[in-house]
Amino acid sequence: MNHSKARGLRAIAAMFDLARQAGRPAFLPFFPMGYPSPEASLDAIRTLAAAGADGFEIGVPFSDPLADGPTIQAATQIALEKGMTVPKVLASIKTLRAEGLTQPILLFSYVNPLLAYGIDELIAAANAAGVDGLIIPDLPPEEADLFAGACDEHGMALVFFLAPTSSDERVRLVVNQARGFIYVLSLTGVTGARRDLPPDLSDFLGRVRVQAGSTPLVLGFGISQPEHVRSIAPHVDGFIVGSALVKAAAAGTDSLHELALRLRHATYEES
Amino acid sequence: MTTPDPTIRVASTDVPDERGYFGPFGGRFVPETLVPALDELEAAYRAAMADPTFQAELAHLQHSYTGRPTPVSYAKRLSEHLGGAQIYLKREDLAHTGAHKINNALGQALLAKRMGKQRVIAETGAGQHGVASATAAALLGLDCHVYMGSVDMARQRPNVFRMKLLGAEVIPVESGSKTLKDAINESIRDWVTNVRDTFYLLGSALGPHPYPMMVRDFQSVIGIEARQQILDQAGRLPDLCIACVGGGSNAIGLFHAFRADEGVALLGVEAGGRGIDSGEHAARFADPTISRPGVLQGTRSYVMQNEDGQILNTHSISAGLDYASVGPEHAYLRQTERAGYTIATDDDALAAFRLLSELEGIIPALETAHAVAEVIKQAPKLPKEAMILVNLSGRGDKDLDTVIEALGFD
Repeated sequence: MNHSKARGLRAIAAMFDLARQAGRPAFLPFFPMGYPSPEASLDAIRTLAAAGADGFEIGVPFSDPLADGPTIQAATQIALEKGMTVPKVLASIKTLRAEGLTQPILLFSYVNPLLAYGIDELIAAANAAGVDGLIIPDLPPEEADLFAGACDEHGMALVFFLAPTSSDERVRLVVNQARGFIYVLSLTGVTGARRDLPPDLSDFLGRVRVQAGSTPLVLGFGISQPEHVRSIAPHVDGFIVGSALVKAAAAGTDSLHELALRLRHATYEES
Repeated sequence: MTTPDPTIRVASTDVPDERGYFGPFGGRFVPETLVPALDELEAAYRAAMADPTFQAELAHLQHSYTGRPTPVSYAKRLSEHLGGAQIYLKREDLAHTGAHKINNALGQALLAKRMGKQRVIAETGAGQHGVASATAAALLGLDCHVYMGSVDMARQRPNVFRMKLLGAEVIPVESGSKTLKDAINESIRDWVTNVRDTFYLLGSALGPHPYPMMVRDFQSVIGIEARQQILDQAGRLPDLCIACVGGGSNAIGLFHAFRADEGVALLGVEAGGRGIDSGEHAARFADPTISRPGVLQGTRSYVMQNEDGQILNTHSISAGLDYASVGPEHAYLRQTERAGYTIATDDDALAAFRLLSELEGIIPALETAHAVAEVIKQAPKLPKEAMILVNLSGRGDKDLDTVIEALGFD
């Protein structure tokens, strides 16, 4: 690895260090670039930053998002209709960086739009635009060779998932391949706000933690309310909220800001 | 009629490798949640195929329920009309439910039962796989839920009623282009949610490993039978095998047994829709301007996409060929030049649909009519001694509404 270029992994590690020192998990909001329009999505990300986001997961729209529920399906469809593409996502991130946004940014994209761009070219361009890592929901570690070399060359995170169905053997595999953090799925299913998180979630997180050691664990899928954040805070290093924020954004900037603040403040509170 | 010998159910092959790759195509591009389920499925599948009891049960059902072996019919009048090669039809339209889809559906449903999965889900395009899945589920006492695009539900109404009569729940899919691709997305979303107790009965030779291999193996009975039947009837192997290719399960099922027969050419026919130049088609191999290798729905193969990697809407008069990608083994057979691929347009298929009906008394499915259209092009160019074997993959009753509208019958 060329350490002079390894900004992404370093920035992500620093984000978790800071949150750990404060005794709270990092808040990593997801937002689809291009929804409800290219300019409005930039505003949404600025709003989330103002509300105290520790890092960002920026959605690249794809026509066939098979891991997403109705909220993000609809949002990414709108983003596509508004002409959002991988190059425009990268240009938008460049704009945010030029404005002084310093938090880590990870791209959330399915494999095919990245393949179409060209993997090596994509990772170089993303690195230059200020992207710190990739989260690819249809890329299990067995298929990661396609991306791993170029990510390592640029010091970019390549985030793999663990699910409640993952065996201990698979937990070991993902821990060994982890670059940046592990995205732990709270439930079996697609993205989308849920009223309750699964009752056996802390058992699952405990099972992962035994093998993960100090590798950061970030929980996602289903998280939508401050009480969810309070219940998981002792067990994770970070959490992702997507669909609930997309819904809030549809109701206006004030709603988005208010929900983001409530989620962020919940990280300080005892469960 | 003799009972098929269960020991020849599966032809051995060098592909896929242990990671599910056919050369550079295939693999397993799915969310982590499904990887353990695919591992479990693959292990159960391999154990079942090595178990003589499972093989005997499948062979028994194929014989006593599906009606296998299906015959090979010599198409005398069509051959004479075209004036060239002699044409033989592998009659999968005579299999129970009227298409080859039952071969795979029965195999997978038996496997679901063996794995203790009571709930099965399936996607369907033309409705033939949905009907086959609902049928197998009724036979074996499983709960069946079928995802079907609302556009396809409108153009294949008889099959929607059939599935409901068979006790299946048909769930309309309103996302995307509301066709087969979207029904697969919705099936995967269901499976990722209910993965612990649900079996995904995938209908074509695509999706993540082990599906392309498993579907091929369950469909390979077509070619295994046909190869022996044509040897018995004509005394030698055919010069050319032709089949239509949507996902590609009937084609791979026919081709597989002939893979090692060097003198037998293999030709797949994709949906040319309104013509390649129109851009409205499902010709994944024929149009490099909008189709190239990519990843869709768990597998790496040729995918119709724009320059940003967004999947394009496809068009075919036949719902079963109207799909933006193609089974990875077909991409491999094409790359290694073991098989060739061509297209038939909507109009070609409609003409073939009429000709086969009038000359042979067989109304083919519109999907199948694409293969027949290629026979119409190839046969006159070949000498009378030449032999063409075409997979008559399904019957056309389900397509009557579409054809009546397209041809303006009243």
